[in-house]
Amino acid sequence: MTSSATPNAIPTATSPLDARAPGNARVRRVAGALPIAGQYLMSIAVSLALCALLVEVTGGSPGKVLSALLDGSVRSPGSWGLTLSTAAPLLVVAAGTIVAAKAGLSNIGQEGQLLLGCAAAAFIGTRADLPAPLVITLSFLGAMVLSGLWAGLAALMKFTRKVPEVMSTLLLGFVAAQITTFGLTKKWLLLATKNTSRVNNGEQLPDRAKMPTFTLFGNQVSWGVVIALVVTIVISFVLGRTTIGFRLRMLGLNSRTARRAGVSAAVVGGGALIASGAAAGLAGGLWMTGGSAGDRFTSNVSSNIGWQGLLVALLARDRASLAIPMAFVFAALRTGSSFLAATGVDRRITDVVQAMLVLALLVPPAIAAVQRRRRGTEGAS
Amino acid sequence: MSMIAFGGSILDVLSSNSTYSSTMRFAATLVFAATGEWIAERAGTMNISLEAMILTAAFTSALGSDLTGNVWVALLFGLAGGFLVALIQGVMSHRFGANQFVVGLTLNVLAVGLTAFIAAEVNPVVKRAGTIRIPLLARIPLVGEALFAQSWILYFLYPLIPFAWWAVYRTRWGLDLRCAGENPQAADVSGIDVNKRRRQAVYVCGLCAGFAGTYLTIGQVGSFGADGVSGRGFIALAAVIFGGWVLKGAVGGAVVFGFFLAFGSVFQALGYQANPQVLGALPYVMAIATMILFARRGRQPAALGRPFVRGLT
Repeated sequence: MTSSATPNAIPTATSPLDARAPGNARVRRVAGALPIAGQYLMSIAVSLALCALLVEVTGGSPGKVLSALLDGSVRSPGSWGLTLSTAAPLLVVAAGTIVAAKAGLSNIGQEGQLLLGCAAAAFIGTRADLPAPLVITLSFLGAMVLSGLWAGLAALMKFTRKVPEVMSTLLLGFVAAQITTFGLTKKWLLLATKNTSRVNNGEQLPDRAKMPTFTLFGNQVSWGVVIALVVTIVISFVLGRTTIGFRLRMLGLNSRTARRAGVSAAVVGGGALIASGAAAGLAGGLWMTGGSAGDRFTSNVSSNIGWQGLLVALLARDRASLAIPMAFVFAALRTGSSFLAATGVDRRITDVVQAMLVLALLVPPAIAAVQRRRRGTEGAS
Repeated sequence: MSMIAFGGSILDVLSSNSTYSSTMRFAATLVFAATGEWIAERAGTMNISLEAMILTAAFTSALGSDLTGNVWVALLFGLAGGFLVALIQGVMSHRFGANQFVVGLTLNVLAVGLTAFIAAEVNPVVKRAGTIRIPLLARIPLVGEALFAQSWILYFLYPLIPFAWWAVYRTRWGLDLRCAGENPQAADVSGIDVNKRRRQAVYVCGLCAGFAGTYLTIGQVGSFGADGVSGRGFIALAAVIFGGWVLKGAVGGAVVFGFFLAFGSVFQALGYQANPQVLGALPYVMAIATMILFARRGRQPAALGRPFVRGLT
């Protein structure tokens, strides 16, 4: 999570450490990148093979699973529009996670923050009697404020009482789940006025509170995709090209230097945590209004979007630009899993695949670290 | 409801035998886990895959029970499950230099997905471990039943805690381990293999979490449910902070949090009404509240959560 620090950076041949190899810089870069790319491919292949083995052992057919996943995510008509729309909240969660991670902070409570964002968006969306664009804007703002404040609690605890944010963000997630469940017991909060279901559900969202879609090559794509891309690009720009982004990264790389340079850990770090919470809230708004989550708030509406967005950030190694394709891959696994029922394999196999992918991408840098260490000791002796 | 009635209900809860038994049942998982986590943290690892270790152990012990029907085999399976997660965590973060939070987090998500997937395919049937009533001791008022008339897996706690204390404070191994958590550079110079000690501490933590998970499935609940662990690992982590990185504090914290986990069911069993969401949030709120109060006070291991790389840092 705090991984922008050196031990976890992707070792590339362009790093100054490797400058001792002779030859033309570009040749060196390509030659150095090839085995690393190969290692990544290898470890991804191994992890997918392990998942296939798991399916085989439990009596399923890996080939059918793969084919069903592809059908559900991109091949069947209209499916890749759905996948793109699902990728939007994942991407926004990941982008927010990257902000906190760059500041050296581990926000792992996105699931709870996203749930609160969904709740706020549903609350405003079902109540605000305004024109459509205004309703959606308001519900997104409300979601961002609520989730940002929720993450702000963790920031407050971190910078006044030294409570590790890894734990406070996660534990606050459990509290958030209870709060929304409570909201679903009260009609003045989230409970539908005429709840016919056995469990408590929220009011149905009116059409004006739903995200509009546009048609692209016969696929319905939510405008949320555009919002997510803009948010990611803005975050990437702010982190990489502005003073505030520089301060934030400095705080993450070396907090002592940052303090000497006049960067307030509480202001910048706290701001980063709040921003990551607000992003999770916005993702909640996108998820709630996007249609894939159903048309009303329920206690399990977040259904792991927060966790998966967090994994996307890990997979992208805290690079916003890499998060875009990764979010698509994860969304494809998610939408693909709805086609798994026909194969008789439990859909949670995709959760396994997602986590295995993240684990797989940890291996090549690990190999590189071991090789570097070996080389280092040889040089010393 | 007046304050007096509320105070009366709390008194009722505190004077009921079932409160203590129930607290102990909920606390046992946390105490096992917190003991392991304490060792890992003293060596410098903030081991957030504790949750994954407990969950995996809870699942593998259910699997062992399903396959053989033997509680000892289930225990072995549970220990192996906890150890397996610890092996990945330890090797990835303290041999291959991967970020320990990233590894831990990934393992948590992997454990949730993997156990839920396999449980859906296999659907393990669990045979519970028997209750053993220790004569005389179980007759101590209030706490006797709680401490000495429980599932026998819980009794592993009583030797484990003093043994963990002895191993960490009274052996060479423990001294090295604490040194690796406080000042890894100095430890390295004096010839201690820092990352090896840290790995070993994580393995020990995995075994303790193995007991925790096994107790949860075989001793307490009697079935495996994916949401049965629901943040216990993180509450155990909070218990270590609550205890100021001292073993007796961590154990005490785990018992206190066990009380709050048990509180809801005991409170309702005694006939009192309370908002179920408030009761559900109580353990997490209390974990957060105690961290607010005590995170500053405790002296955490100086190198906690920082990777060790030899050379200039």
